Amino acid sequence: MATKASRTAARLMLAPAVILLLGWMMVPLTMTVIFSFKRYLPMRGGDLGWVGFENYVRFVNSSAFWPAVQSTLMIVGGVLLITVVLGVLLAILLDQPMWGQGIVRILVIAPFFVMPTVSALVWKNMFMDPVNGLFAHLWRFFGATPVSWLSEASMPSIILIVSWQWLPFATLILLTAIQSLDSEQLEAAEMDGASPLSRFIYITLPHLARAITIVVLIQTIFLLAIFAEIFVTTQGAFGTRTLTYLIFQRVLESQNVGLGSAGGVYAIILANILALFLMRIVGKNLDR
Amino acid sequence: MARAATTQRKIINTAFAWMVGLLIFFPIMWTILTSFKTEATAIADPPVWFFFDWTLDNYRVVQERSDYSRFLWNSIIIAGGSTFLGMLIAIPAAWSMAFVPSKRTKDILLWMLSTKMLPAVGVLYPIYLIFIKFGLLDTRIGLTIVLMFINLPIMVWMLYTYFKEIPGEILEAARMDGAGLREEILYVLTPMAIPGIASTVLLNVILAWNEAFWTLNLTAAKAAPLTAFIASYSSPEGLFYAKLSAASTMAIAPILILGWFSQKQLVRGLTFGAVK
Amino acid sequence: MGRIVLDQVTKSFGDVTVIPPLDLTIEDGEFAVFVGPSGCGKSTLLRLIAGLEDVTSGAIRIDGQDATDIVPAKRGLAMVFQSYALYPHMSVRKNIAFPLRMAGMDRAEQDRRVDLAASVLNLTDYLERRPGQLSGGQRQRVAIGRAIVREPAAFLFDEPLSNLDAALRMGMRLEISELHKRLETTMIYVTHDQVEAMTMADKIVVLRAGHIEQVGSPLDLYRAPRNLFVAGFIGSPKMNLIAGAEAAKHDAHTIGVRPEHITVSATDGEWSGVVAVSEHLGSDTFFHVHDTGLADTITVRADGEVGFRHGDRIHMTPRADVIHRFDEQGLRIA
Repeated sequence: MATKASRTAARLMLAPAVILLLGWMMVPLTMTVIFSFKRYLPMRGGDLGWVGFENYVRFVNSSAFWPAVQSTLMIVGGVLLITVVLGVLLAILLDQPMWGQGIVRILVIAPFFVMPTVSALVWKNMFMDPVNGLFAHLWRFFGATPVSWLSEASMPSIILIVSWQWLPFATLILLTAIQSLDSEQLEAAEMDGASPLSRFIYITLPHLARAITIVVLIQTIFLLAIFAEIFVTTQGAFGTRTLTYLIFQRVLESQNVGLGSAGGVYAIILANILALFLMRIVGKNLDR
Repeated sequence: MARAATTQRKIINTAFAWMVGLLIFFPIMWTILTSFKTEATAIADPPVWFFFDWTLDNYRVVQERSDYSRFLWNSIIIAGGSTFLGMLIAIPAAWSMAFVPSKRTKDILLWMLSTKMLPAVGVLYPIYLIFIKFGLLDTRIGLTIVLMFINLPIMVWMLYTYFKEIPGEILEAARMDGAGLREEILYVLTPMAIPGIASTVLLNVILAWNEAFWTLNLTAAKAAPLTAFIASYSSPEGLFYAKLSAASTMAIAPILILGWFSQKQLVRGLTFGAVK
Repeated sequence: MGRIVLDQVTKSFGDVTVIPPLDLTIEDGEFAVFVGPSGCGKSTLLRLIAGLEDVTSGAIRIDGQDATDIVPAKRGLAMVFQSYALYPHMSVRKNIAFPLRMAGMDRAEQDRRVDLAASVLNLTDYLERRPGQLSGGQRQRVAIGRAIVREPAAFLFDEPLSNLDAALRMGMRLEISELHKRLETTMIYVTHDQVEAMTMADKIVVLRAGHIEQVGSPLDLYRAPRNLFVAGFIGSPKMNLIAGAEAAKHDAHTIGVRPEHITVSATDGEWSGVVAVSEHLGSDTFFHVHDTGLADTITVRADGEVGFRHGDRIHMTPRADVIHRFDEQGLRIA
C-alpha cells in the first residue's frame, strides 16, 4: 500500500540487488551447463567440442560415483541424526533453570564460530593423531592400541568433527523454539494429568516439529557442500570422498571440466530439490 | 516457568549442563591451552593440563616465520569489505521489500534465498575462469566480491525481517512530516533499524571470516586469509602442535568474541527469519 | 485555511473497488468525522486525503488547489496515527520538532514552537523523555503536538483514541474538541465509535462499503436518519426497528423508535412484554424486553431508578411524534 512515487523509488532500490544476484547466478550456471555438454580438458587440448550427454553418463558410471553418493549420504545422515537428537536433548537441558545458564550457552555455541579449517586441523592432529593425539593417550592409558582414526575409522571421524561444528546450530535453533513455547500450554497439560514424558511427546515435540524440519533442511544444504573438513583431513581418501569433493577433484585436480560440470549440474539439481522444501516452509512464514 | 524449581533439581541441572558444556567446549579450550605450551609439553603423555611453563613463544614464532599478520589483515579486509559492500546493496533492497511490498516481493525473496543454496562446487570452474580472465585470482578484491555475493541473500533476508518489525505508520508519519525518501531513511529508518543492521553486519562478518570453500580455492600466497593460512598446516613438519594452536587461537578468537554477541541474531539470520 | 474538496474520487486495489465515485466537501475550520463499521473505507478515504495512497481517479482539492498529485509532505496536512507513530529513538522534543526540522526552520523558531505546543498540551515536563517512557495518553499528546507545530491547513486523525482505556478516551476527546475550538483549524477525524462522532463533530460523514450513507450535523443524523443503516448506527443504545403489522399501522415497511422515546409503566401501555435484563446505571435504567410480538428484543431507557426486574411484565408506549418511518428499500419516509 503506497503511492506511485514510493513504488518507483522502491523498484530502483531493489534493482541493484536483483540484477547483481541474477548475474551472479545465471552467468556461472550457464557456463557450467555449457561445459557439461562438452569434452573440455584445459590441460590436454582445451575445448574438444560437444559430446551431448556423454559426461552425464560417464559421471554416473564412473567407479567413484556410487561410493561418493554413499559417503555423502552417510555424512549427511549421520550428522543430521546426531545433531538433531543431541540438539533436542541439549535444548531441553539448557531450558531448565540453573546457575550460569548464559555461560553454559556460550560454551555450547562456541564451536559454531570456529572456522572449518581450524576445527578440522585441531581434531585431526591434537585429538585423532595415532601417536600424539589425546585419543591415543587415552587409549594407551586404558592399555588399548591407539586407533589411526582418519584412516581406519575415517567416516565416523569426519562425522564426529562435522557434528561437533553443527551441534551448536541445531541446539541454538531448537532452544529458541522451545523458549517460544507458551508455558501455559504445559501447565494446562499438567492440570490435565499429563506426565513429564507425555508432556514432552504431546506438547513439546510437536511444537518443535517445524524447527526440526528447518534444522534438517538448512543443515542438509550446508552438509552437502562441506569441503574444508575433508580437504584438510583425508583429501577424500579412505572412503570419505563426497560428491562435492569428487566434483572438485574432477574440475581442479584432474582438470576434466566437462565431467566435473556434469557432476556440478547433478549437485545443483539435488540442492534445488531440497531447497524447494525449505522454501515452502519459509514462504509460509512470510504470509503471516 | 512461573514456578520455582526445587534447589535440588537446580543443582543437578547445573552440574549436568556445565559438564556437557565443558565437554563441547573442550577442543577449543585445549587448543588455547596448548598454544601456551612448548612443543614438547604439547605432546606429553600423560597430557599436561594447567601446570606447565606458560610461554608466548608460539605466538611470536608464528608471526615471525609465516608473517601471520598479513593473513589476518587479508581476513579483515575480505570479511569487512564484503559485508560493507553487501550492506550497501542489501539495505535499500530490504527497505524496498519491507515497506513497499508488491505482488512479487515474496517470489523475489524466495528466489534470493535459492541463490544461496546453489552448491559452490557446481560453479567452481566458471568462477575460476572468470577470475583468471579479469585478473581476480588471488586478489582480495576478487574474494571480497565473491563473499559479498554468497552472503547477500542472508543480508537481505535478515534486514528484511528486522525492517518488517518497524511499523509502517512511523514511516508514513515521517512522510507526512515532510521527510523525503533520503531523510526518511537517514533520520527515521536507520536509527530505528540500528540493532538489526548491527546484528546483520556481525553475522555476515562471522560467515565471511569462516568461509572455507572460495577462500581455499581462489587464493594462493598473496590474498590468502586465515582459513587458507591454517589449512597450510595440514602437511606438518616436525613438532608443530603448539604453533598450530597459537595460530588457531588467533584465528578464532576475534570471531568467538563477535559470535557471543550475536548468538540471538544468529538464529534469525541462519533460518531466514523462519525461527525467531 | 483548509477547505478540502473530493471530486468524484475513487480508489481500487487491483480489482477490488474500495471507494466508488465519491463527492465530499469539508469546509474550512470544520470538525468532520468519518464514521462507519470497520472495512467501510473511512481510513482509506483519510489516507487518500493525506496523500499516503494515490487516488485511482478523481481529484482532491485543498483550498482550491489541485492536490491530487502532490506528495503528502507538500499538502500542508498533519496526521495523528492510530499507533501514534512516534519516533522511538527521538526525545519528545525531537519528535515534536521533526516536521519543523524537515522544513528547514531555524533552531530558535523550532524551540519556540515546540515549547508553546508543549505548554498547551501539558508536556513541558516530559520534553527530554523518550516515547517509550510515556503513558498512552502522553504519547497521544506528543503525536498531537507533532501535528500542531506545523500549523497545518488541516489535521487528520486516524482512530486516535482506540488504543486508550475508557476513562482516558473521554478526557482526550474533550482535549481534542477544545483544541479545535482554540485553533479553529479544519479537522478530519476517523472513528468507528459513534459516541466520538456525536460528541465531537460539526459534520458527520457516515460511510458504508465506500459509499456515503449520510452527511450532516450530529443532531440531523439523530433526528432524521436518511435510511435504516444510519438509523441503526447513530444513537446508543440502538434504535428499535420494528417491521410487520405494527409498522403497517404507520403506513411504513419498518418503523424505528429510539429507546429513550418509549415510556414505561407497570399497568398499561401500547405494547407489553417481559423484562429479560435490566441494567441499572443510577442516572438511567435500560430494560431489554422480550415477548413483545414486535421484535426479538425491545430496548427501553427510563430516567433514573425504575424498579422492574427480570421476569416482570412491563408496558411501553412510544412517543408518537418521534417515530421514524422507512419504506421497503430502507429509505426514510418524510
